[in-house]
Amino acid sequence: MASGKVNHGPNILVFSTEKISDPAIDMAGLLKLHYPPTVYTIPVPCSSAIKPKWILHALEQGFDGVFIAADGTDCPYGESCTEKTGELVSRTMEMMKEKGLDTARLKMAAICSVCSEAFVKHVKSFSQYLSQSSN
Amino acid sequence: MKQKIGVYICHCGGNISDYVDVEKVRQSIEHDEGVFLAKTTMFACADSNQKEMVEDIENEKLDSVVVASCSPKLHLLTFRAVTERAGLNKYNYVHANIREQVSWAHSDNKEGATQKAIQIVKAAIAKVRNAESLEPIKVKATNAVAVIGAGVAGMRAAIELAEAGADVYLIEREFFVGGRVAQWDDLCITEETGKELITRLYDEVMKHKHVTLFTGAEVVENKGSVGNFTLKVKVTPRHFKLNCISNELQKAIDVCPVEVPDEFNFNITTRKAIYHNYPSEYPQLPAIDMKNCTRCGECEKVCNSIDFSQKTEYLNLKVGSILLATGFDPYEPKHGEFGYGEIENVVTFPQFKRIVHYCDDKLIYKGKEIKNIAYIYCVGSRQVDGENKYCSRYCCTANIHTAITVKKKYKNIHNFHFNRGIRTYGKAEIWYDESSRLGDIYLQSFEHDPPVIEKRGDQTFVRIKDILTTNKELEVVADLVVLVTGMVPRKDNSIANLLKIPKGRDNFFNEIHMKLRPVETVIDGVTISGASQGPKNIMESMNSALAAATKSFELVASGELALEPTVAKVDEQSCDWCGKCEEACPYSAFDKIEKDGKFVARVNAAVCKGCGMCLPVCPVNALDLIGLTDEDVESMIDALIPTV
Ligand SMILES: Cc1cc2nc3c(=O)[nH]c(=O)nc-3n(C[C@H](O)[C@H](O)[C@H](O)COP(=O)(O)OP(=O)(O)OC[C@H]3O[C@@H](n4cnc5c(N)ncnc54)[C@H](O)[C@@H]3O)c2cc1C
Ligand code: SF4
Ligand code: SF4
Repeated sequence: MASGKVNHGPNILVFSTEKISDPAIDMAGLLKLHYPPTVYTIPVPCSSAIKPKWILHALEQGFDGVFIAADGTDCPYGESCTEKTGELVSRTMEMMKEKGLDTARLKMAAICSVCSEAFVKHVKSFSQYLSQSSN
Repeated sequence: MKQKIGVYICHCGGNISDYVDVEKVRQSIEHDEGVFLAKTTMFACADSNQKEMVEDIENEKLDSVVVASCSPKLHLLTFRAVTERAGLNKYNYVHANIREQVSWAHSDNKEGATQKAIQIVKAAIAKVRNAESLEPIKVKATNAVAVIGAGVAGMRAAIELAEAGADVYLIEREFFVGGRVAQWDDLCITEETGKELITRLYDEVMKHKHVTLFTGAEVVENKGSVGNFTLKVKVTPRHFKLNCISNELQKAIDVCPVEVPDEFNFNITTRKAIYHNYPSEYPQLPAIDMKNCTRCGECEKVCNSIDFSQKTEYLNLKVGSILLATGFDPYEPKHGEFGYGEIENVVTFPQFKRIVHYCDDKLIYKGKEIKNIAYIYCVGSRQVDGENKYCSRYCCTANIHTAITVKKKYKNIHNFHFNRGIRTYGKAEIWYDESSRLGDIYLQSFEHDPPVIEKRGDQTFVRIKDILTTNKELEVVADLVVLVTGMVPRKDNSIANLLKIPKGRDNFFNEIHMKLRPVETVIDGVTISGASQGPKNIMESMNSALAAATKSFELVASGELALEPTVAKVDEQSCDWCGKCEEACPYSAFDKIEKDGKFVARVNAAVCKGCGMCLPVCPVNALDLIGLTDEDVESMIDALIPTV
């Protein structure tokens, strides 16, 4: 974790999806559902488009955790999304193991377009987990 | 690499600057690599600021722009248009969301919010630094639209499209057009009958030279993409010659030995396998229902118009856009739900409409005159535990309107409305008022404590703990119980799988955005309308049909289409065809081609939806999405990590 910064929580990178989970994260803001400001989002078209390489890059460059806010069954691009996202997550975890990285630093949950509360709950508990495990 | 980036950080009145120190954000990024100009602005989207941006881009020769403001869902397109107006390619614009995902989300922590805003703007700058000018993908578009479903929505859309100048193929699965509205007599909220409405629409459809109507027709195959779809349509013959002699037809119907439940009347009557249309259905030509016909040949002996030699035909239609108007099914209560299927005088609201149609001066059902009617609302809608969480919208109004009609049409009718809160929204409130004035009784309960229907002796009782009279237990003896059933998606909605149209959690067809893009789907070129999209009354179905017609027409009108260039691309040098991407792509956008003595993958840009599902499966990392390359993502990740 970088030192001397204003925000002290663990840095979490969220991969959100443009049509489904990103609107939910927007709505969390609209509803003033607070979560740690060290949670940053990069939206992608679909959660099954995330390359394991990007996740590893984030973890190696200083993010404490990566959270995939997946489309789940709401994916506008079709039903295979859930399975494909699951597959890329397990492949990434294998790669993390090989590199000696704790696989619990990668988390995934389906976040529907109105699942703002679920999103906040997930990132809060992930943040808590990461700060405990880094102590 | 961009050298002259303009960055604008918005106060959004105080929505952002009350929690984010926007001046600090500006100072933190103004010396970032490539940043030439960094400003804060009170309202980035205001006309005055848009003008200033255009002037800055032109005067300072900016090569790219970042605006940090509200969600891109609101203003990405606005600022892309600003850059375009200033003569810059719009893909040199990147949006940073510092309102919904920063100032509002972290209004409890101003310092934290400011720090996060800084990193987010830095990431947007990192991304725009790599931005490339992109040209939209140009494809030719056929000036024709397939409208699927000829209910009120489909017919209205077909007329609109034809008037605008597109060729329209109107494809109806049944032998008759009109959809559900043909089944209802009196309609609210104008006192027009279903027959009158359908007749007007059908006449207009038929007189238009640009509309070709197919009945008994169904799309069975779909190829191509926006601008150039090829639909294979199966047309089932009605086995009748066009000039049918009516007295012979009646004889044929009389001799037909096959009797099946009549779905038009929701199975309260039967019809023969050979049958005539109802007066509210068109074309007024009989048909033979081959699913039930036994080919006994009795009808052929008495009617010369019957022609069993007619064959199923397959047509290939080329269209630029597809407009879906396939409508809904009424909810069918489960066996035993409020006595349905168990107690003989429990019927659904659609059945009730047909019963009223058949009864002239007395309301009679199963030989018994009806005086006391109990209506049970929200059956199959607003289910807390069931699947249909939604309100079906049409039912409170349509049912109260029907209850008034019944009271006026027959003597001594007593209406009892067992409801969960009446929703006669908009102008329909007058019917609620009128029914109350006519003496209708309203009793109310919550979902978890619904009315109970019970048969005792030969009488049917409806009991409720009425929350309007402080939970008093009240009971009514009902001659007829009408279950006011909601709307559900069509049972056979296989067309959605064929066109790969996503469905929402309610299982109706899903639009891209309920408010901002309410009739478009993620499948470019396919629009949705009417009750196929969710419960709607006729006016709402018409509104969406007109909107969908406009959107479909916009696509085909100019003969050429500009598609978003943010599609997948293959690095042909590293690719050595393994086929994994082809397997992963849900839209079959990949072709295997030969290039420099080896096979490689090629993306068909007009078919690719830019979903990116192919990206992670490539074993040699030969795939990228334009606008979301490894360099884009990794430079954003690097910029997001706070270093101070
Ligand atoms: C009991 C009842 C009473 C009502 N009363 C009123 C009222 O008084 N006022 C009011 O405003 N609204 C009323 N409504 C609502 C009204 O019926 C709907 O708003 C209207 O029918 C919606 O029109 P539509 O064209 O979208 O769908 P539909 O009427 O369902 O028509 C869809 C058409 O598409 C065809 N189709 C389906 N699938 C395919 C396919 N794969 N290929 C080709 N064709 C296909 C169907 O055969 C049908 O012809 C009532 C509804 C009910 C249930
Ligand atoms: S981005 Fe999606 S649609 Fe395009 S080629 Fe890849 S998988 Fe197919
Ligand atoms: S997955 Fe990669 S290597 Fe295999 S065919 Fe597709 S682009 Fe080529």
